[in-house]
Amino acid sequence: MEYEFHWNIVLQKMPELLNGAFVTLHVSVLAMLLGVVIAVLLAIAKMNNSKPFCYVATVWVEIARNTPALFQIYMAYFGLGAFGIHLSPYVAVLSALVFINAGYLTETFRGGFQSIPSTQYSASKSLGMTSIQTYRYVILPQMLRRIYHPMTNQFVWSILMSSLGILVGMSELSGTTQRLQSLSFRTLEFFIVAAVMYFIITKLVLFGASLLSRRLFKGEI
Amino acid sequence: MNSLFTPLSWDDTGYILTGVWNTITISVVAIVVGTLLGMIVGFARAESNKAVNVLFGSVLDILRSVPLIIQLILFSTFVGAIGHPMNPFLAGSIVLSLYTMAFMSEVFRGGFESVSKSMQTAARSLGMTYWQTVYHIRFPIGLRAVLPSWMGVALSVIKDSALVSVIGYMELLRTSEQLISRTQQPLEILIGVGIFYFIISYPLSHYGRYLERKMAI
Repeated sequence: MEYEFHWNIVLQKMPELLNGAFVTLHVSVLAMLLGVVIAVLLAIAKMNNSKPFCYVATVWVEIARNTPALFQIYMAYFGLGAFGIHLSPYVAVLSALVFINAGYLTETFRGGFQSIPSTQYSASKSLGMTSIQTYRYVILPQMLRRIYHPMTNQFVWSILMSSLGILVGMSELSGTTQRLQSLSFRTLEFFIVAAVMYFIITKLVLFGASLLSRRLFKGEI
Repeated sequence: MNSLFTPLSWDDTGYILTGVWNTITISVVAIVVGTLLGMIVGFARAESNKAVNVLFGSVLDILRSVPLIIQLILFSTFVGAIGHPMNPFLAGSIVLSLYTMAFMSEVFRGGFESVSKSMQTAARSLGMTYWQTVYHIRFPIGLRAVLPSWMGVALSVIKDSALVSVIGYMELLRTSEQLISRTQQPLEILIGVGIFYFIISYPLSHYGRYLERKMAI
């Protein structure tokens, strides 16, 4: 192999890369939080029989699930320009990720909710529980158990997909890597480090999620 | 200044169709190759002992835990750096197929493991050889069970094929991006692109969900 590796330049730029990794985490956490909130609303809208809300929710979910993430990001970054809305790369990627997360999580939540048999409601009622108590002590704990794993996957997916920021010039981990490598021409070194960093981030998130699930569910998942 | 941007015209149809064709080609290649490799790896993992599995699993894990876009850039720079530059289609197909394989192998492994041990024992007691059991019992039953998940992975590969644009492959989103920079009409073009993906993905995803329901009962 004729290629010579030069790692010094990468080490020098490590603070910038770590900063990029922080932005990656930051944007995915935010995309997840907003996505969960919107997904809850959409899931309620989809399960209610009020027609207009149900339509909006269905259209949202189907578009989010059936078009590529890159398309959503281009839509937010270039497409909205037609309406005179010019988003910064950060906001464009964030809104695309929120849109997709909300779309996928809606189905997750709806599935989790419907997986709980209706007899449990009657049972709680017959025990004299109010409807808030029923949700708080009976329904939600079971639901959380069922949607926990898909939610973790969705979060990891957001982290990986935020790397598309590279294509609209966002300065998260891959965007930063792209900028640094174009200054130094050490493409291979920089992207290897970026790949390792993504790997570590995903593993840490998964590890954290499994620790949390052990605390939350006491091992019975 | 006016000559700098030219509006979208019917002459662009051929260009867009090239993008459509390229998207379809690379998706089909990745799905076919990824499925075949995934089937082999999935079967091997269902058969092998724990130590081999952990080793296998951690290699596949890397493919799943590093963003596809980084894998594409790394691979195409790497082959360039060692003196064998590849054209974007080949490099893209290889990376996308391996990426697909990583997901497919999990799907198939689950399918093969879902075939109960007692059924295999029964087949062996009827005098079938090991490979006859594999061919007549485990493959047909295991593969039927994975069809819905297989469709899910295949659909996500079609959508992920958009990322191959980053190494210069002229798939649909890249052609549209270039048309946008020429025509400055992002909305029309992007909506067209979105409709294309939607038309392919929507019926398949509903069919997948239908199959899933049918099998659950």
